[in-house]
Amino acid sequence: MLKINNLHVKLEDEDKQILKGLSLEVPAGQVHAIMGPNGSGKSTLSYVLSGKDGYDVTEGTASLDGEDLLEMEPEERAAAGLFLAFQYPVEIPGVGNMTFLRTAVNAQRKARGEDELSAGEFLKAVRAKAADLKIDAEMLKRPVNVGFSGGEKKRNEILQMAMLEPRMCIMDETDSGLDVDAMRLVADGVNALRSPDRSFLVITHYQRLLDHIQPDVVHIMADGRIVKTGGPELALEVEKNGYGDLLSEVR
Amino acid sequence: MVDTAVKTEQVTRQVSDAAKPTDALSARLAALSLPDGGFTAAARKDALARLTQMGLPGPRDEYWRYTDPKPFNAAQPQPMAVDAGATDSPLFSDLDTLKLVFVDGVFDAAASDDLTLEGAQIELLSAAEATSRHWAKDLYGTLETSGQKPVKRPFAALNTIAARDGVLIRVTGNPSRPVHIIHRRADENADAIWHHVVKLEAGTELTLLETGMSGARSNGVIEADIADGAKLHYIASKRAAHQTVGLSHIFARVHAEAQLKSFTLSVNGSVMRHEGVIEIVGDDAVAHIAAAVLGDGHIGPFHHDDTVFITHAAERCESRQVFKKVLKNGAQGVFQGKILVKPGAQKTDGYQISQALLLDENSQFLAKPELEIYADDVICSHGSTTGAIDEEALFYLRSRGIPHDRAIIFLVLSFLADALAEVDSEELRMQINDRLEAWLTDRTGK
Ligand SMILES: Nc1ncnc2c1ncn2[C@@H]1O[C@H](COP(=O)(O)OP(=O)(O)O)[C@@H](O)[C@H]1O
Ligand SMILES: [Mg+2]
Repeated sequence: MLKINNLHVKLEDEDKQILKGLSLEVPAGQVHAIMGPNGSGKSTLSYVLSGKDGYDVTEGTASLDGEDLLEMEPEERAAAGLFLAFQYPVEIPGVGNMTFLRTAVNAQRKARGEDELSAGEFLKAVRAKAADLKIDAEMLKRPVNVGFSGGEKKRNEILQMAMLEPRMCIMDETDSGLDVDAMRLVADGVNALRSPDRSFLVITHYQRLLDHIQPDVVHIMADGRIVKTGGPELALEVEKNGYGDLLSEVR
Repeated sequence: MVDTAVKTEQVTRQVSDAAKPTDALSARLAALSLPDGGFTAAARKDALARLTQMGLPGPRDEYWRYTDPKPFNAAQPQPMAVDAGATDSPLFSDLDTLKLVFVDGVFDAAASDDLTLEGAQIELLSAAEATSRHWAKDLYGTLETSGQKPVKRPFAALNTIAARDGVLIRVTGNPSRPVHIIHRRADENADAIWHHVVKLEAGTELTLLETGMSGARSNGVIEADIADGAKLHYIASKRAAHQTVGLSHIFARVHAEAQLKSFTLSVNGSVMRHEGVIEIVGDDAVAHIAAAVLGDGHIGPFHHDDTVFITHAAERCESRQVFKKVLKNGAQGVFQGKILVKPGAQKTDGYQISQALLLDENSQFLAKPELEIYADDVICSHGSTTGAIDEEALFYLRSRGIPHDRAIIFLVLSFLADALAEVDSEELRMQINDRLEAWLTDRTGK
């Protein structure tokens, strides 16, 4: 599904290399976790994959089902099935959450040559999915992320993911700032979406989330590279000993 | 009233002693057909004397530094093809309103509804003028005169002299439908000048809508007197052709516990200037004046000027100015906004914000906020910002699959939302928002 090979990324405006030869492959149906210290480049990876401006790819490739991601506009990547749940979801005053979501769903359907959802069909779908995530009708009416608590913003990201039905979901620290109940809601939301033709890349600092969303593979990232890859037990090791031992081991 | 009469006489005498109209002003006046007026005759004469004394503005005038008055000073407007510009139906045309159609500033009875509305008395300036006694006699030109101090507004005086038509509305109740003034164009040379007088009696409420454009050049004045506890909602939408030259003034006097809520949506045009002059004269009154402006310089120059003067002359009153301009392709926006708090106007709450969203680096926004405060127990604040599209927000929208141009529209609507929020009625607000969205979509394709 997602293939990243020897990816080198620097900041466009600065001579600062952030990703330094990162390789990673997530097969269809699998959940991969990325753990790593702050500043190791996890968010940068998620931004570069989804097409944010401000970065230069100096070497390497990234593809989704064989299609070159790096050549596409962000909206084309979304229509191709890529979704990023932001570490810091953006507030957009004056744009209703529902209008935003419906526009997004229909823009993607249109880009893929599918029929757009009618207002009724959309409403029905969004109500059901919002209810699962305990997002009330009032929250749906408010402007995008404005006045939402940290937890509400993250649940709103998962609602968008559920409505857009991407094939490749990247979640950037969706668990940070969530209390235990909210974490369970998010995890349930993700688990409900798991399927043989959908993959997840879950960026997290904590084992906690991985208790709820069982990963198939865990990668440790440091200084712009994947330095170690293993099974779920790797996450437990990080939880117990921190990154220190792991990192000194690979150096 | 006695006071005004005495002052008027003095002014007239001074004028005849000293000032003669300059050549430019003579030519400007000569090009107009001046109505004799009935009950407005004295006001028109007085305005002529005042204008003769103040003259036409030049770039040295403090409030004409950012906007070149030349197109308004010219004796004749530049002709403009009648079919230039928007072809879409006027905003609010599907609402249940009392429709009053003006063609190049002159009432068109055949295209309009009957002038009957429960809770209001509606007449036309052109028809009512013949009478010598009229409730509007105390107002026509009076608020305009009062609004000339301390800042001169020559084109408002010119309007009082030369207005051929307009609507006179006296509100005595709470009409169930809004009054909707619709402007249309018919003559490619028309210099349209209209003058409305609105009087809300104590405790009444009116929604007044004004949409469309008229004339090759237009000059509209509204004088509104809002008595104790009354409420006026004024919502204007002006989608102009790219060559349009137009100016307008709203003069409002707000009495105790009364409210004025004014919102103007202004799209395109060449040189546009809108002035709001509001005097809050009774305690516990509220005046909000807001505007959303879209300007595009891609066909010809776009210059849009909002000039506001709010005077607080009573206690515990609130005023709010919210001005938002979206500018692209070298468009220019100007905002001049002043809050004057007179001695004794304690507990005044005055707020002013002017913001521009520049969609490219060629566009420009000039803001001149002013506060002048002579009372010690007041809260007044003002702010002005100029910014570009928020790249984080743009990326967020695009990452959800929303195409770039559509995402820009969302962000423009997002930017304008605070101004639209000044429209109390949700129904009207939604209609404005939808129309705005349609216009933005239309423009992106060009
Ligand atoms: N736009 C940027 N400007 C400056 N530095 C940046 C920018 N984006 C990322 N960085 C730097 O790149 C490194 C990796 O950041 P990031 O990808 O956010 O790491 P992580 O998500 O793993 O904490 C950090 O040192 C960060 O400061
Ligand atoms: Mg991060």
